[in-house]
Parts: sequence; structure tokens; C-alpha cells
Amino acid sequence: MERSSNRLFTTQDILGFAVLAVIIFIVLPMALDSFRLNLFGKYLTYAFVAVGLVLCWGAGGILSLGQGVFFGLGGYCMAMFLKLEASTPKNTAIQSTPGIPDFMDWNQLTALPWWWEPFNSLFFTMIAVVAVPVVFALIIGVAMFRRRVGGVYFAIITQAFAAILTILIIGQQGFTGGVNGITDLRTLHGWDIRTNDAKEVLYFVNAGLLFACLLIAQFVRKSKLGRLLIAMRDQEDRVRFSGYDVASFKIFIFCLGAAFAGIGGAMFTLQVGFMSPTLVGIVPSIEMVIFCAVGGRLSILGAVYGALLVNWAKTSLSESFPELWLLGLGGLFIAVVMVFPNGLAGVYAEHIAPRLSGLFGGKTGAAKSPKETPAE
Amino acid sequence: MFSDYSMSELGAIFAMQGFAGLILFSVFVLMALGLAIIFGQMGVINMAHGEFMILGAYVTYLTSNLFAAWLPGVFGMYFFVAMILAFIASGALGLFIEWAMIRHLYKRPLDTLLATWGLSLILQQVYRSVFGAREVGVSIPDWMMGSLPVTDMIEVPINGIFVMVLATGISLAVYYMMFRSSWGLQVRAISQNRVMADAVGINTAWTDRLTFGIGCGVAGVAGSAFTMIGSTGPTAGQLYIVDTFLVVVFGGAASLLGTIASAFSISQAQSIMEFFLSGSMAKVLTLLVVVGILMIRPQGLFTLKLRK
Amino acid sequence: MNMQNPNFLLMVEGLTVSFDGFKAVNDLSFYVEPNECRVIIGPNGAGKTTVLDLICGRTKATAGSVKFKDKELLAMREDQIVHAGVGRKFQTPSVYEDLTVFENLELSYPKGHSVFGALTFRRDANVKARIKEIAETIFLEDLLDEKAAYLSHGQKQWLEIGMLLIQDPELLMLDEPVAGMSVAERKKTAELLRRIVEDRSVIVIEHDMGFVADIATRVTVLHQGKTLSEGSMERVQNDPKVIEVYLGH
Repeated sequence: MERSSNRLFTTQDILGFAVLAVIIFIVLPMALDSFRLNLFGKYLTYAFVAVGLVLCWGAGGILSLGQGVFFGLGGYCMAMFLKLEASTPKNTAIQSTPGIPDFMDWNQLTALPWWWEPFNSLFFTMIAVVAVPVVFALIIGVAMFRRRVGGVYFAIITQAFAAILTILIIGQQGFTGGVNGITDLRTLHGWDIRTNDAKEVLYFVNAGLLFACLLIAQFVRKSKLGRLLIAMRDQEDRVRFSGYDVASFKIFIFCLGAAFAGIGGAMFTLQVGFMSPTLVGIVPSIEMVIFCAVGGRLSILGAVYGALLVNWAKTSLSESFPELWLLGLGGLFIAVVMVFPNGLAGVYAEHIAPRLSGLFGGKTGAAKSPKETPAE
Repeated sequence: MFSDYSMSELGAIFAMQGFAGLILFSVFVLMALGLAIIFGQMGVINMAHGEFMILGAYVTYLTSNLFAAWLPGVFGMYFFVAMILAFIASGALGLFIEWAMIRHLYKRPLDTLLATWGLSLILQQVYRSVFGAREVGVSIPDWMMGSLPVTDMIEVPINGIFVMVLATGISLAVYYMMFRSSWGLQVRAISQNRVMADAVGINTAWTDRLTFGIGCGVAGVAGSAFTMIGSTGPTAGQLYIVDTFLVVVFGGAASLLGTIASAFSISQAQSIMEFFLSGSMAKVLTLLVVVGILMIRPQGLFTLKLRK
Repeated sequence: MNMQNPNFLLMVEGLTVSFDGFKAVNDLSFYVEPNECRVIIGPNGAGKTTVLDLICGRTKATAGSVKFKDKELLAMREDQIVHAGVGRKFQTPSVYEDLTVFENLELSYPKGHSVFGALTFRRDANVKARIKEIAETIFLEDLLDEKAAYLSHGQKQWLEIGMLLIQDPELLMLDEPVAGMSVAERKKTAELLRRIVEDRSVIVIEHDMGFVADIATRVTVLHQGKTLSEGSMERVQNDPKVIEVYLGH
């Protein structure tokens, strides 16, 4: 007897991945001009966070309201490298201290702080983009999960971290660029990231990385660890008394989510050309949760669609009716919780998939996921 | 860092910062009381709590304008009318929201959090559309202006004292409601065992709604009091929400005394540090210490130990 | 009592826990031999469930010692206690409702318990054979692909017992395993338990006296956190102290 959940990909999964790949790698690049494509590249960086949230929140029941922190840490690591490369003594000759980032000079700093030094190395930066968020998540995770803090308390504490980091970045503008963030980024190892060609290349790099993360997420969900997460969400004590160290699994999944978010942040910096505290704080962090919720908190592919759709709606609406956007977003939060707790993926599984399979007369898993209860 | 100041100057600094801390304390208490009722007793996360406060502030603003236009003779007294109206407005909105939204989500606390966040975004936009994006201030009655000189180096502002008195009064009222009235008994009974409370004839649905409404009403009064010390903008509520939740969690969610004690320690720490560090670093340090303590002692300062 | 007997599988000595001054378990001592079926009975609030909670690490003891095969359990984490060989079933059936019966059993299979182990765990022939074997024991071999949510109350209880059996613990603790079962289910469970008891020690909390008489080697009567009486079912039933507690004053 073959059991579907044991295989890494069911037919349906392959179909889902393929459709998304076609949309991201073929349809969008062909349909959009390079400005819009870059915009969608930016949305896709949020999808990294949303996929991490599916693992933590949807599968594991751990709601973090501080994913912006990890997104920001990854993004700032990348921005620091790019800023240092942009701040050659030649480019900054008019400063009173040439060779350091402009905002440091404006804030009367006369030397590069020691912790900026390693970011001269691209290799170090690439490691830091993942490692810094992960170490940070590890500290929070160990402290919280070892003491069995979860649920709303965890949400509030992670939100407090988002607040703390924002205040810190804004307050320490000599070291961080303050409220404006780190701007005026130019080249990556001499390659100008501001040109249309570069942006197109970065879009594909970003999409490739996103798919790598999606595959990792898929592997984790289909492994025994994925089933353990579901089990923990429903019966944490039973898992514990089946001989599992529950905390270590939560820490792992939280760190994995942080790693994804860090990569997303770094790609954001590369594609958009700046990093600022507005992407770190409470508001962006909770908006990232809504990307995940709209797509379906249990579906990693749904998270990507959620991130694309909500951000696309945000851009279109706030271009034409800025005052409507907040109302719309607020309504979305309420609707997705009260009416569609499983988001787009739920709507698809309940309404579209059965009809599709009826149309084709096949058995493309119509009876799949009858009613997975949303995490509390 | 102390060498630049003489002893008497230092004393005055500590006294003044301490008093500034007391005002901040009162503000925290006012903010946290409503939340302590809603979160502490009902376990509901209301991310729109700040917006309920702001509603109270706007009601106060409207009342002050009404009095200035129609009843200038008794303008000095408008604030008391405004407070009652603020309570009614925020409380009524609270009742409505409980009915429309919260009651469907009692078993899903994380979802409540997201839904009320959505509510807060909607309310912010409504405020912006109705009152404009700019901050508004009320005219403070004459008797609340100025300050009382205590010594030649120490002065305390009267509006600050007023806010402190208000915070004390409302704390006592909430204490009475929660621990001395039969309604409070019902609320506490429900928070301990909802099924049993239902079985012994408590109308849990109505008690929940009323509790939520009163919590929101108290937030409205807090917002009303805020207008005495600062101006009001559509997004002002969001600035306070993290602080407020930390105050309540830090105190031990179910303990009113804990909420007050934690409001006191957080506000004093912050205002004294503010003098020696930049405001943002004082804030960062305070929050870090609070979060650090919560990591070591997640149940907060005051809690009972029970078999789970 | 012979305290130094190295043959005891579990030695509970001076076990005490207090919740804000209230001593739910007070200076409790008892000893369980290998292959013994010990039944704990007592009125509501006697501290029965708390004793199990203390042994398996769910509640932290205030004082005392719990030695399992000469290892101190009180200093260990819950999962370490499980790995030492102590299994625990809860009063209300706790199974993973969103997962199938097969997956429920698989998660309890004693392999791949670390993060890395869980990521690389393979569902090989050994695992499948063992799950099939257990499923037959607990009468669920035809329901392996059913979601646990759709099982009856009694079937959930069996599933949870099966989840413990697959770990092959040396000491199995069951909290009211027949509560809420139909008569037929109850009979089947008694049969199941008798088979389980054969090659391991079991501690059972149970109210049903017929059932207790059926399976117990020895009975411990708890009252207000202390041992009121201990011995064979017959002896305990005739103990005047026990009769007083159960029949009132």
C-alpha cells in the first residue's frame, strides 16, 4: 500500500510547482516591462518570508510577528556590503572622512565601526545574510521554546523585537543610516545593479533562490519532521511523551524561517537598491503574516501567490486610491481570518480542485485535505 | 556621568525625572487597564486597543470644540463630560466589535490578533478621513495650565498631576468592578472555567460582550486623558500598542496589581534612563530588559502556580 | 519494606509536590517490580494523575526521588524519561487528529527522534512491518489510512495505547484506559491490556473495580496524596481504612 504523504511530490504537488514555475520564470518576464518585473521581483522577496511563516505558523502553530527583523537583518547585511563598495575614497572624496559611508560622515564619524569591517568581504556577507538572522532566531527560540512560551506570548515578544530593532536602527543613525536606511547602493563586485539588465538577472536569481527555498520547505514538510510539526500543533504533550524534545523542533523551524527571511531581505536590497527600518518594524512584520494567510497558511505555494497578489493589490490601489488601501488591507485581515481561514489554497482545495477533477474525470486528489483545522 | 552635576542638582534631576516617570506611569496604567481586563481576564488579544484610545481622544477633541462654540461659560468643565462621552463611544464600539467579530474567534487567539489588527488599520483610515492626517490638540482649560513649584528647583505640571489623579481613580474603579462586584466575579469565573460558568447560569455570552465593551470604554477614557498631555493623530494608537502589551504581560496577565507594578517599574526605568541616554536608547534598553526578564520568567511578575 | 532491593524496576520515595502550599502528593513511596501490574485507585483529588505526571516529568516534584532502573527520573527531561523506557497514556485520548492512524504510529516509532533524524527518517520495510504488527494488536489494522479524527472514542484510546506499545517501554503508565468505552470495547481493552502486561510493568489508574480485579497484581490506594493501603485486591478491599474513605464518614 503506497501512502501519498510519504513521497516528496504527489502528482498534484508536481503540477503546482510546475504552474508556479511557468508563471514566475516565463509568464511574468514575458508579460511585464522591466520596471514592473523588478516590482514583482520585490514582491517575491516577501514570498521568502511567507514560505517561512507557512512552516512556522501554518505547520507548527508558532506565529512570529517579528519576521521583519530577520528580513531586515538579511537585508542590512547585504546593504552594508554594497554600501562599503559604493563608498570608495574616490566616490566620497568630498566628505570630511573619505572612504566611509556618507551617513557616517554626516554624523561626524571619522572611522568605520569595527563591526562594519567584515562586510568588505562578499563571502562573509553571503554567509552573514543567513547566519545573522539564524543566530538571532536561535537566541530567541532557545530562550522562548525551552521555557515553553508559545502562542500569543511568543507573538507579542517577537513583535517587541521588531519594535526594538526599529527604534535601535533609527536611533543609531551614525551606524545604521537611521530612518532613511542605507541608500545609494550601486555595484556588486563592480557589476552595476541599477541597470535594467542587472535587474532582470537579479529577478531570475531571486526566483531561483525562492524555488530552492520552496524545495527545502517541501522536503521538510514531507519528512517526518513535517508530520511532527502538525502533531505538535495539535497534541504537544503527546509528542513530548513520545520521546521528542519538542523545543528543538520548534527552534529548528523558527531558525529555518529566519534563514528564508534573511535571504529574502538580501534579495530585496539587491533588487530595490536600499534597505530601511520601514521594512523591519511592527507593521511590515505583521503584513508579512497576511501574505502567508491570504495564500493559505498551510500551503507553501499559496504563500507565494499570497505575497504576489497582496503586494500587487497594494501597489495598484495605493497608486490610484491611497485612502482605500488601508481599508482594503484591514478588511483583508478580517476576511481571511473569519471567512477564509485557509486562504486561497483552501478556496482552491474546496471549490476549484473538485470541479477540475470533475472536468477531467480524473482523480487528481479531489478528496485531499478535507478540512485541516487552522492552527490556534 | 554624574560628575558634571552638584548633589542638589542631581537630587532635583531625579525628582523631576521621577515625576516625569510618574506621569508616564499614569499613562501606562491608563493604557494597560483596559487591556488587562480584555487580555488578562478574557485572553483576547486586541491589537486595535490603541485605536479605541484614540477614539476617546477624538471624542474629547470634539467635545472641547462643542463647548468652545456653544457653552463657553462652562468650558472649564468640558473635560468631565468628554470623559463620559469617550467611555460611551469606545465602549459602544467595543460591544459592536465583540458581537461582530471577537465572539467568533474565542478559540483562536492568534486569529483574533490578526483580525483586530485589520480592525485597527480600518479605524486608522476612518480617523484620517474624518479628522485629517494632521494631529489635533484640544484647548486645555485654564485651571489645568501651569505648574506647581515644589522647591525652587523642582516644578510639577498641573496637567500631569491631573492625569495621575485620573489614573488612580480609574484603577480603583476597575479594581472595584473586577474584585468587589458580582459582575467581576462572573468575569473571573468565566476566565477560570467557561463551561462551568455557563452551567451555573452565568450568561457567558453577554458577560463577555460587556467585559470587552468595558475594557474598550476604559481605553476611551485613557485616550481622553491623553489629550491633556499631548496631541492626537490617526496613527497615535499604534505607537503605544507594544508598550501596553508588554506592561500587561510583564505584570502577569491576570493580575491587576501586577499590571500596575509593571507599569511603574517600566515607566520609572525608562524616564530615569532617558535623562542619561538618548530617548531611543533608553527605550531600547527598557524594552530589552523587559523582554529579557520575560524570557527568564515568561509567566510575568505576579502569577499563581497551578497544576496544568 | 525492603528498600534496597535492586530488583525493583521503579522506586518512588518521599515524593512530594506542593502547589502554592497545597500538597497534592505528600511524602509518597511505592515500589514496582518487573512485570508487575500495579493499579492505583483512590477518590477524586487523591493525587493519582499527579503521581503519573511526576514520574513522567510533566510536573516538577518539590521533594523526593523517583528511580527507574537506578536512574533518577526527577532530574531528566520528559523526552529523556521516555527514552529511558517509561511510556505514558493520558486520561483523554491524545492522538494526532489531522494525521492517519499509520502516521500516528509512525511518529511514535522509536527512531529518528532528533531534528536531523526526523529529517532523514525513511519509511522502510522494518517500520512498516512493525506498524502493521502493532495495528493488529490494537484492532486497527483495517483503518491504517484513516485520519485519527474519524476514529471512535474507544479506537482512539487503543491507538494511543498502540503508540506507546510501538516504543516497547519497560514501564507503561495508563490513566483510566477504559473510561468512556462501551461494554464491548471495554472487554476488548481488558484483553489487550492483559497481553501487554505479560512482558512489561504497568501502572494503571482505574475506577472500574471489576476491571481492576481483572488485571491487578497489586493495588495502591491513594488518599489526599498519601498511600492509604497497599496489597492484593482482596486485602485492599477489606481494609477498614479504605472502606471508610470510599463509603464516607
